[in-house]
Amino acid sequence: MSIRIALAGNPNSGKTTLFNNLTGSNQYVGNWPGVTVEKKEGYLKGYEDVIIQDLPGIYSLSPYTLEEVVSRQYLVNEKPDAILNIIDGSNIERNLYLTTQLLDLGLPTVIAINMMDIVTKNGDRIETDKLSGQLGCPVLSMSALKSDGVSAVAQAVVEAARNGTTGERPHVFEGSVEHCIAHIEESIEDIISDKKYLRWYAIKVFERDEKVMEEFRLTPAVAEEIEQHIQDCEKELDDDAESIITNERYNYIGKVCMASVEKKAPAHSLSISDRIDMIVTNRVLGLPIFACIMFLIYAIAMGGWSVSLGTRATDFTNDVIFGQWVPGAVDSILNFLHVTEGSVVYSLIQDGIVAGVGAVLGFVPQMLVLFLLLSILEDIGYMARVAFVMDRIFRQFGLSGKSFIPCLVATGCGVPGIMASRTIENDRDRKLTIMTTTFMPCGAKLPIIGLIAGAIFGGSPLIAASAYFIGIGSIILSGIILKKFKAFAGELAPFVMELPAYHIPAWGNVLRATWERGWSFIKRAGSVIVISSILIWFLNGFGTINGHFGMVENMWEDEAIVSEQTVQDLATRMNVPVEDVNAHDASLLAAVGNTISVVFRPLGFGSWKPTVATITGLVAKEEVVGTMGVLYNYDDSEEELGENGEQIWDRVAADYSASAGFAFMVFNLLCAPCFAAIGAIKREMNNRKWTWASILYMTLWAYALAFIIYQFSALAHGEVSFGITTGIAAGLIAVIVFLLVRKGFVPDNKKASLTSVEAAK
Amino acid sequence: MRTLKDVEVGSTCKVVKLHGEGPVKRRIMDMGITKGTEILVRKVAPLGDPMELNIRGYELSVRKADAELIEVE
Repeated sequence: MSIRIALAGNPNSGKTTLFNNLTGSNQYVGNWPGVTVEKKEGYLKGYEDVIIQDLPGIYSLSPYTLEEVVSRQYLVNEKPDAILNIIDGSNIERNLYLTTQLLDLGLPTVIAINMMDIVTKNGDRIETDKLSGQLGCPVLSMSALKSDGVSAVAQAVVEAARNGTTGERPHVFEGSVEHCIAHIEESIEDIISDKKYLRWYAIKVFERDEKVMEEFRLTPAVAEEIEQHIQDCEKELDDDAESIITNERYNYIGKVCMASVEKKAPAHSLSISDRIDMIVTNRVLGLPIFACIMFLIYAIAMGGWSVSLGTRATDFTNDVIFGQWVPGAVDSILNFLHVTEGSVVYSLIQDGIVAGVGAVLGFVPQMLVLFLLLSILEDIGYMARVAFVMDRIFRQFGLSGKSFIPCLVATGCGVPGIMASRTIENDRDRKLTIMTTTFMPCGAKLPIIGLIAGAIFGGSPLIAASAYFIGIGSIILSGIILKKFKAFAGELAPFVMELPAYHIPAWGNVLRATWERGWSFIKRAGSVIVISSILIWFLNGFGTINGHFGMVENMWEDEAIVSEQTVQDLATRMNVPVEDVNAHDASLLAAVGNTISVVFRPLGFGSWKPTVATITGLVAKEEVVGTMGVLYNYDDSEEELGENGEQIWDRVAADYSASAGFAFMVFNLLCAPCFAAIGAIKREMNNRKWTWASILYMTLWAYALAFIIYQFSALAHGEVSFGITTGIAAGLIAVIVFLLVRKGFVPDNKKASLTSVEAAK
Repeated sequence: MRTLKDVEVGSTCKVVKLHGEGPVKRRIMDMGITKGTEILVRKVAPLGDPMELNIRGYELSVRKADAELIEVE
């Protein structure tokens, strides 16, 4: 039977580096069941039967955060054969706090003190032998970054797992606490099937841990007896049980460190990292430095300059690889197989599948460049400073300081923007950010703005400015509104954050993290994008003409099917001039658009053309303009349609009032994003319900805003008179204001913790 | 009652008691702010909140609203 080893440690303790070191490329990355917490496991290098399970980076085993609950459940329910506890030697006191909790579990444990090279360089000393004697388990020193001592650690933990023996438990608690815990052990001994966990459970009962209490369902008599013991102890020590345990643990650690750790520098002295931070998070320089770093990231990953690697790589993939090479190669193969252009199979492969796959892969290069930069920032420790510097602004909207990065990235492309939300630890903040970040006008939405501004507003730059204003405003207002809902308020977490010491990035980690994110996008989002693209291809390309079903473009050429009468009928049905009728007017999509266009009537653009354009915008937002070109019958045989659809401006202008055009733009900027972004949302939410909730919320918000704008603008311009719909618009404003100012759901602390625990079940 | 919020930047203080209860208090204590711990207030963020503390040899940031729960001498 194979051996399972749990790798546990604090965040920033070098756990990821050690895990990569131990397992090499033999890793499996997934998610813990039902939650957005990442799960990694891999085989130990050089051993065929040893699995290393990487637990999330945690500070404690409290029942209050998802990561901690997930780790607890694994350690208690899955019963690993041994625990490998990695400790940052340069921050030993706080790291040992988790260790004292892990040792309660009664599993064979090996402690690896990481960053020993830094400890020695600082002139400090940690006596591992003494530490090992006090904690009752093997303690080894190592440096994961330099691969020093890693194999010895691996050997020790495999041996511990094979022997299955544990040393004497450390005596963490003082008299009366220990006494009380011993009493609880006696009372609950019969309920616990695996006796090695007895002490862990007894301590949790003492702490009144809701999760454990729920699991036990003690009889009232026993519960009362235990409660009496706890209360006596609380009275004696004048504190609550949970705090007593924490205090005792830290007191014990203090004693342990006194005996085995020698520090050269006096307490609170400035390390090199602190000196760097004096400048980086300085009161005056902090914000400008932050702005510079953000600008650099934007310039390299998203911008349109010659240094913008990300944009250039993605343009190359889209325009050359999937614009010329792949279609060209596929064309040759299909010709070789005698599949001719114009046939259904040819169109399915070229316009459906190749275009769909291109839509997925086209984003990847840019995403990789962006993630490389973000991984570097994360690895050197700057991300925590971002939260530190920006927290004050963002928490007003219910977002985290780190939400700034996804929003900034989304001005280039929403897909990497959504994926960048991964760096936000707090589950609530992350979900809120994913739901709102695509409100930013991304690069593909600019042609829509260009079309409306050019056709209807004489190219006024105010339109583009208003688009950004509406995007940012929507993020802020949505943050305020959404955070008041129970689903978000329930997962409140305190902002108590470590600012890890800066260090030089571990390139192996950075590259691996970059690739993992890119790959998980391809894997998890890819299917959604390809299938949706094929569906739209089908609806757009097929239709019924005179009772014949088939590809509309082919049938259009066939005079046996299309008569002058057909064209006449189609013109009447779709309400277009006869000379403008083309094949696409007969497509299924046109029919669908015609049916649902009524939905957009209150927004001022309730005809089938803008409806169809909005639907094709789901494939990619720049398609909106392209579709408009096709539907307004622009003949692109002589000159390609301009990016902003310049050639159809006069025809668009003739069809829309200023109010309707603006509402069309607002709706298209804010509604459900393109399929690629929806795929990214699905991947990041890792939950069907949340994915649908996000899409629904965005669409509703877009509809409400476009509705209000159209109604009042049209009223002001005398296009409509005051009526029921104007009243509804006013009502909607009232609802939004109400949602903004209402008190909202206020969790009491007990509830808050329960929700996060339940979420992990 | 003097709380951590009132401690000037650059000066140290000793924790007397932690007020409040539940997840916030537990989290603060888990991070090592317990009775008797010595805290140096390293700095305040550019926008005035949160603050950066040095405890047990590492840097921790807390919001001022949470610092108010920590009674110091």
